[in-house]
Amino acid sequence: MKKLIRNILGLALLATMGLTSCDKDDNMMNPVDNGPDFSGTYMTADQMGRPAINTVFVPSGMKDNFNVTPPSQMGAMYASAFADGLRALSPAYANPGDANALGLDADTFGSVLATDILTVSTTGTTTFYDGTNVLTGRNLADDVITVELLLIFGGEDFSENPGLTDDNVNANDKAFDTSFPYLASPW
Amino acid sequence: MKKSMKFLAVAALAAVGFGIIAADHIDAPAVQGTTADITDYYAFQGENTSNLVFVANVQGLLSPSATGSASFDENVMVEFNIDNTGDNVEDLVIQAIPRDGKMYFFGPVAPGTPGATSMVQENATNTVSVDITPYGSNAITASNNGMMAFAGPRDDPFFFDFGKFTDILAGNATGFDANGTDTFAGSNVMSVVIEVPKSSLGGSGTLNTWVEAKKK
Repeated sequence: MKKLIRNILGLALLATMGLTSCDKDDNMMNPVDNGPDFSGTYMTADQMGRPAINTVFVPSGMKDNFNVTPPSQMGAMYASAFADGLRALSPAYANPGDANALGLDADTFGSVLATDILTVSTTGTTTFYDGTNVLTGRNLADDVITVELLLIFGGEDFSENPGLTDDNVNANDKAFDTSFPYLASPW
Repeated sequence: MKKSMKFLAVAALAAVGFGIIAADHIDAPAVQGTTADITDYYAFQGENTSNLVFVANVQGLLSPSATGSASFDENVMVEFNIDNTGDNVEDLVIQAIPRDGKMYFFGPVAPGTPGATSMVQENATNTVSVDITPYGSNAITASNNGMMAFAGPRDDPFFFDFGKFTDILAGNATGFDANGTDTFAGSNVMSVVIEVPKSSLGGSGTLNTWVEAKKK
């Protein structure tokens, strides 16, 4: 037993020496700076496609899991919970046949939202919604909350629940830049 | 009227369960308040219309006094995901990871393995790195391979009368105010901005995109 321990210690010592000399060799033979170390494995902690999806639609016990579910699996896992959420949240989906201005009922809209990706056009206008284009991107200035409120509460023609469909904050508190990096300087 | 009150009550109940917060700020218990908490994601056509811009903001609700000491976490990689084939599986990624005062960008490049587990794609041919802009300095930008990069504190571009919304859901208000109050006014975020040629992203007109914060 004692011998075994001594052997292990000896091996450990050898290993340490080996490592040390390796490092030394590296330094002597590779004077070139190898740059930063990017090694290792990185695991998803948070993710996001469209604004406010996890916060608004995912039930509290499922939020962490939603954040680490690949988008290709989200639809199957969350579509029905999202549809139930829409019906619970908004009188605009209360009656059979109720739909939003995109013509989507609670089940269909819930299914669309459950896969939390942002579609982006590479050929034209990029906007969350500008009255014509729908979900072709998201600009800094897009009033995404009002768009989402309209689609949740506004009914078929945006006329339902008028007190709930616009928060009346229509722009950011600082102007954006037209040039890179576009965002406003910090307060 | 009665009916709408009833629905508001239901909505209030739902809100308790849903824990509504904001765009994606403090959206879930595991990331809330951490350096990996994404607050917002934007993707739009650049000033040069041949380019697309991707923006990821993390670490929201920074007061001005807290912004100077805020920093990117070297154990957190921001990864923009691009699906150009319509199956919601990423075909390309743009990875951003800080080291020693610089933000390094790798991609657009094929991910080693799609999904939740990633390695930094150090062999990407599309790369750019930029000094992280200190609080109080003018924006520092860098460009390489037709890409432009920025990383540092910015004003939170998100706007929403979140206070009134919670009042509505709690049953303490029946609708928004005629002039709303931007709950996010005066607060900052840590921003990562990358602009790339559309031609580097593939696809045939529409991309499916999302952003992840991945932790080592």
